[in-house]
Amino acid sequence: MIIQAGGKHFHPLNEEIRAAADDHITVKQCLGQRYIGCGLSGKTLTIEGTPGNALGAYLDGCRITVKGNAQDATGDTMNDGVIVIRGSAGDATGYAMRGGKIYVRGNTGYRAGIHMKSYRDKIPLLLVGGCAGSFLGEYQAGGVIVVLGLGRPPEEPIVGHFCGTGMHGGHIYLRCSEPPRDLPVQVSVRPAQEEDMTVIEDCLREYCATFDLDYDTIRRHPFLVLRPNTKNPYKRLYTSN
Amino acid sequence: MSLDFLYPVYEVMRNAGRCTNCRVCERQCANGVHFWSEKTGRMESDESRCVNCHRCVAFCPARALKIVRTDHTYKENANWTGQTMEEIYRQAGSGGILLSSMGNPQPFSSYFDRLLLNASQVTNPSIDPLREPMETRVFLGKKPDRIERDEDGRLIDNLPPQLQLDVPLLFSAMSYGSISYNAHESLARAAQELGTFYNTGEGGLHEDFYRYGGNTIVQVASGRFGVFKGYLDAGAAVEIKIGQGAKPGIGGHLPGTKIAADISKTRMIPEGADAISPAPHHDIYSIEDLRQLVYSLKEATGYQKPVIVKIAAVHNVAAIASGIARSGADIIALDGFQGGTGAAPTRIRDNVGIPLELALASVDQRLRDEGIRDAISLIVGGSIHNSADIVKAIALGADAVYIATAALLALGCHLCRACQQGLCNWGIATQRPELVKRLNPDEGARRLVNLVNAWKHEMMEMMGGMGINSIEALRGNRLMLRGVGLTEKELKILGVRHAGE
Repeated sequence: MIIQAGGKHFHPLNEEIRAAADDHITVKQCLGQRYIGCGLSGKTLTIEGTPGNALGAYLDGCRITVKGNAQDATGDTMNDGVIVIRGSAGDATGYAMRGGKIYVRGNTGYRAGIHMKSYRDKIPLLLVGGCAGSFLGEYQAGGVIVVLGLGRPPEEPIVGHFCGTGMHGGHIYLRCSEPPRDLPVQVSVRPAQEEDMTVIEDCLREYCATFDLDYDTIRRHPFLVLRPNTKNPYKRLYTSN
Repeated sequence: MSLDFLYPVYEVMRNAGRCTNCRVCERQCANGVHFWSEKTGRMESDESRCVNCHRCVAFCPARALKIVRTDHTYKENANWTGQTMEEIYRQAGSGGILLSSMGNPQPFSSYFDRLLLNASQVTNPSIDPLREPMETRVFLGKKPDRIERDEDGRLIDNLPPQLQLDVPLLFSAMSYGSISYNAHESLARAAQELGTFYNTGEGGLHEDFYRYGGNTIVQVASGRFGVFKGYLDAGAAVEIKIGQGAKPGIGGHLPGTKIAADISKTRMIPEGADAISPAPHHDIYSIEDLRQLVYSLKEATGYQKPVIVKIAAVHNVAAIASGIARSGADIIALDGFQGGTGAAPTRIRDNVGIPLELALASVDQRLRDEGIRDAISLIVGGSIHNSADIVKAIALGADAVYIATAALLALGCHLCRACQQGLCNWGIATQRPELVKRLNPDEGARRLVNLVNAWKHEMMEMMGGMGINSIEALRGNRLMLRGVGLTEKELKILGVRHAGE
């Protein structure tokens, strides 16, 4: 089923998507309409153009593909499903996501993967092909964030400032050799070992297949793994009064 | 003895003539104050562990126990009190932030106590609520600003979703984790029986309590714990927590030691990991950003549920509330600086925020001045002590009130303010199974229903006395209030005349 977004307000557009009987929906001419796929499950959405903020918020098991860029808060509090962004994604991508996968071919903005968490068999994954802005994985409580830095000029850092601030769970993989210069003390960094790479291997292969990239070329480059030193970072901050 | 030694604040007085050595006190005290001594052949106490929760006192069958404040003292000093000195000793020893529980205990006076209600005499008859109908039902939510009709003149239903309350009172947010399973069940069942709502707080909704969904407000806060589609769909309304009166401007932190299996399941986070709610929502930097979260929740729930935005009463609260009213939210929850908490830094709790009454009056006035009062409902909380406070809050402009401390007192809380230790002997602020089972949800729900029904009767008496038979006619009716002992400025902000005027 094809839905023309054009100049429609987000409200009727999203009503139309929710009400659509067809499981496969293509939204054409998307012009920044917000909240597309909010809380949706069981559908496959293809979006041509640029969806607005909060694409796939609370997503509960859809596959969303964006043939273009996405704006802020893509996959906010997402529980399950897959979001594929062929272009770049804005700020707060994957905010507090608990499950599912977000694949971004280009870059992402500030605060990607902030407060990402995991629960039982739910291990969310945010995989960014380009670079990430500042505050990547801030307050990260679980899940996996991978930044590949593909196509970046050698002098450009793979992530901005304050990566992993307040991180208390999960992993961040950076495809580079030099750790970010301002890592907080509660985050440890080391070169990725084989067993680290097996964790992300399947997703990385799927990512490469999705975007037609060569897995071996990407995999050959060394990765760093960032982890919290402790899962109770604020433990000794308090005195009972 | 050492520099860090602090003399116990309380002393356990045991009347040896009455004590039968039955050891009930020992079994009731999770803090380990009471113990049997073979050596002395009698019950002894370690008062350094006592938090003064009165569990032992209440359960001593011989009434042999009482707890008194020690008369041990420092040299008298009106400037440096013993409490101030001991806080410094604690921090010098540990380097930690002082952590406290429940609401601000400092001697700030209540404005409600300096407001008096009107009553009818001669010229306007009072109403007897026992004989005549008295409406306490309120509807919370955005009211349409015009009546719309279709081309045939039929009414178009343009009413946004509303919460129907049989009494203008809701139980405010307390998470499963900060309080126990049985406390939550008591609140849920009481809310259902009373025709009102309780609030999950930011701890998710236990699977057993989905059946109370029609009387549940589900909260979404910065940590997004336990938030998913099914949770949002389960509640009657969704509350975005921006701030809390006891700790405006800061987030929350449930230590990993309290994330036991069941809590982990409800919050959807691993066992033993800290649950950190950051101070801000990191996607909200403006009213426009707030609007985005409001609408993402409305989209996710098909516009079927009102969205509440909860904020702490702070300096510019009127302007902030005006922004919230324009964000698309249906209800503002305003929490005053004396509101309770499961744990908050002492300095924040005791020094940040403003009194509820002043915040409420200024918010209501601002929304009226801007012609948007009906665009949003107003729930207020933060130390509502009794039914008279509710009547006064509504006369100042509230649609309904949130209560939590009073509800916990009804469940047995004795305000010992040691919630953060997780050893609540009354089974409320604890996750220890042997303590949780002390609170029977049948009994808990019954006591909450009793309290609210008693308050409802009192409210009807006060309304009847004023010649008002509907709570709607009381809302914002500040002529029913007079101030005593208030300055011109205070009266101006409250929008109330002085008694005698």
